[in-house]
Formats: sequence, structure tokens, C-alpha cells
Amino acid sequence: MKCQKCKAREANTHVKKVVNGEYTELMLCSECAHVMGYDNVFDFDVPDMFGGLLQSFFAGALPARSGASRCPECSSTFGDITNNGKVGCAKCYEAFFEELLPSIKRIHGNTSHCGKVSASGDFIEEKKAQNTENEIEDLKTQLQKAIEEQNFELAATLRDKIKEKEAENNE
Amino acid sequence: MSDAVIISSRIRLARNLRDYPFPNRMTDNERQEVAQKVKDLMCNGDFCGYKFLAVSMEDLSEIERVSMVERNLISMEFASPQKGKLLITTEDEKISIMVGEEDHLRIQVILKSFDIEKAYEIADKLDTELDKYLHFAFDKRLGFLTQCPTNLGTGMRASVMMHLPALRESRTVSRIANNLSKLGLIIRGAYGEDSDPAGDMYQISNQVTLGISEKSAIDNLKSITEQLVNSELKTREKMMESVEYQDKIGRSYGILITARIISYKEAQKLLSNLRTGICDGIIDSVELHTVDKLMQMIKPANIMKIKGRKLDFSERDKVRAELIREELKFR
Repeated sequence: MKCQKCKAREANTHVKKVVNGEYTELMLCSECAHVMGYDNVFDFDVPDMFGGLLQSFFAGALPARSGASRCPECSSTFGDITNNGKVGCAKCYEAFFEELLPSIKRIHGNTSHCGKVSASGDFIEEKKAQNTENEIEDLKTQLQKAIEEQNFELAATLRDKIKEKEAENNE
Repeated sequence: MSDAVIISSRIRLARNLRDYPFPNRMTDNERQEVAQKVKDLMCNGDFCGYKFLAVSMEDLSEIERVSMVERNLISMEFASPQKGKLLITTEDEKISIMVGEEDHLRIQVILKSFDIEKAYEIADKLDTELDKYLHFAFDKRLGFLTQCPTNLGTGMRASVMMHLPALRESRTVSRIANNLSKLGLIIRGAYGEDSDPAGDMYQISNQVTLGISEKSAIDNLKSITEQLVNSELKTREKMMESVEYQDKIGRSYGILITARIISYKEAQKLLSNLRTGICDGIIDSVELHTVDKLMQMIKPANIMKIKGRKLDFSERDKVRAELIREELKFR
């Protein structure tokens, strides 16, 4: 869609506003949005402002640590989330847990819920613990194999890794 | 005495169904499916002891939609006539649920008194009941899962709408704004620009939703609100001693009951003065709730809603003056 103001560039900014009781929606390109002053404070459009905020948190581009490149449920990438400042679905919080955590901490100063508990909750933490246990099991099998093959260098590395994971899980 | 300062208390809960993607990843079909689900659940007979009505945003005229924004019933975001945007309310509009806003559900309770706990109690009960059938997305570590991470945790925004003409006049509001943010609270002009809040109306609300329980957040907000009320009343008391101030209120009243053309901005300002005058006993022929009612009524879309048609600027200014004279005339 073309920008409604200059009618030349591609529109990428959606502005909704009420002026004197009249509702208007505008599709603008970023240049026109800037000229018209719509790139700083959107009166009601907090989520859009947050989009910029979340993006800037990740400007230093952290490597994906959770390992997932796409959410298995809604197939959002982490880039999708930082680009529009909106998380795709409940599962995204699990898939991109490590990546989202720093910005959650920055917003709330906290990363652990305290308060009402839903009766129908899914528990990321429990699943994470379960995942780590599975990983440890996997490493132990590899360690056993390395010892059998007398690859002691690898065995030592694996042993350290297991210790690290176990400590992490007991935190 | 708190009604001299407090207009309303509000609770808003953000909730999502765990079996659907968040609104930004939803198809039109999914939107309508969720809307239908919630409607079937809440609007067939009583739900939680309340009778609810449902209305689709796409079935409403622009005037009606904007008038709802002006009444604080829906958000700006929600006012576009998109498929699957459903508003469910009780008849008195105390309880409302926006389906298909930034989150699947935004449960809102507004009470025209200083009673945040009561508002939360109502919202909490409704939330628990809805969760039984709709199964909200929740995680033990992160709490209620929301489309925007700013609402994670309790998903609760508690707020109080306050009339603070004296604290504004004495520039106290801008001075304390920073301190409030350190306490996890935010204060802003309820209408218009922050630097020039229309009608001296402010909204104060909690900013942090993760790592603080609903009760702590409410207690915190309540205690700060009480301090603001006391400070506002004390400052008003001092102001009231000056004849200039009394004169300003008397003149505001005079204009309101006699004007034939009045802009939105002027009306808001004069009504704000009148409200203070009533609370301070300078004006005793008008009831407080009449002023509060007028403050809503005089907004542009609300005026057009009353008249049932589109009106241009100058027509609105005439109708506005007429409505004010009608409401304020001696009974």
C-alpha cells in the first residue's frame, strides 16, 4: 500500500487517532510520519512504541540461545517478535524464553510472577527443568561412550558440562 | 470527602486463550471463533450473576465507536470496525470485556468511587469463572501470558481517575511524576496533552505487573492516591482564601449558565473550576454528579450521539452550550 500523504513511498506506519470526535486512520511512510510528528508520541498506541523499545533492547543482537529458530506453535521467529514488539503466541514465551528474559527484566525489574495463579496454566519452568534433565541424561550416555573409547579428553569436557548442567538445575 | 478529588477507580485484566495465537498472529476466522466462544459463554442467560450484552464493533457507526472511547469504555485501538472485535458489557457499563483488542480479552471494571479493591474483586471473580471455560495462557514463572511483555504477570492495570486542579496549579503534579515512577506508578493527563491535561483530570496507575501481586499493587496505588487526595485538598483550602480564586469560580459558573456558544476546551476548563467551587462550598446550587455527567456529555462524539447525527464544529459548540445550560438551570 502506498503512503496516503506522498502517494509515492510504501506505507509502513499505521496511525489511528481521534480529533474532535472524528476517528481517522492513516497509512503513512516513515518519512511522512516523521514530518507529521507521528514518530514520537502516539497518544494511545503504546504497543507500537513498545515495538521500538523491544527492538532497541535487542539492537546488540544476542545469539539465539534457546536453540529454536521458529516457534513450533505459531512459527514466529524471534526477529518477528522484536520487529513488531508483539509476541506471537503463548508458546513463543517458551521457545524464546532466554532471548525474551533480558527485556522482561528491563521492563518489570523482575522475572518471577507473584500473585494470582490460573487453574489452566502451562508451566515453562517445569518443562525447562525436564529439558535439562533430558540433556544431562544424554551427556551421560556420551560420557560413557567416550570412556569406553578411551577418549579421555572428550570425557573430561563432558564431565564438566554435566556438572555445570546439574548445578544449573539445582539453582 | 474523597469524591471531591476522585472520579473513578478502574481495574483492567489482560487475558489470552492458550489454544489460540495472540491477536497479531490470528486469522480473521480465528478472531471470529474466539469472539463467538466468549459471546456464547457470557451472553446466554446470566454469567457470574450478571446479565451481559454483546455488540460487534463492525455493526456500530463511527460516532458510537468514538463515543465509547470518550466514555473510557474501549481503547482507541479497539475503535476500528474490524471483524471479530466484540464488546461485552453490563447494561450500566460498569463491567466490560473487549474481545480482540491487544489481547484476546481485556476485562475491565470501572466504579465511580474510590474503591479499587471492590473493582478488583468483581474482575477477579469474573476472571476465575472465564478461565474455567476458556483456559487462559498462564505460566508459573511469567504469570498470565500477554501479547506485549509489558503486561506479563498479573496482567492487571489498576488506575484511579483524579481531579487535581490545585496540585496542577501549584505545579506539584509535574514535580512528583518522577518519584511516582520509582514506586512503579505512573501519572498522566487523562485527556489531552500531558503538559495541558484537559479539565485537570489525571490518571494514576501501576506500571509493573510482573513480580508484584495484585494486592500489593493495589495497596501501593491506594496509599499514594490517598496522599494525593490529602495534598490536593490542603492546597485547595489555601487557594480558596483568595478572592481572586473565588472570583474565577464565580465567573466560570456565570459563563456556563449563560453562554450560547462554547468550545470543548473552554467547557472543560470552566467545568473543572465549577467542580472545585462545588467541593469548596463556593457554589451550592449545583450537584457534583451533574458536573461529572456534563464532563462526559460535552465531548464531541458524545454530543453527536445525543443528537443522533454528524455535526460540524460550530454546530457542536452551540449544542454544547445548550446542553450545559439545560443541565445547570435552577431546579
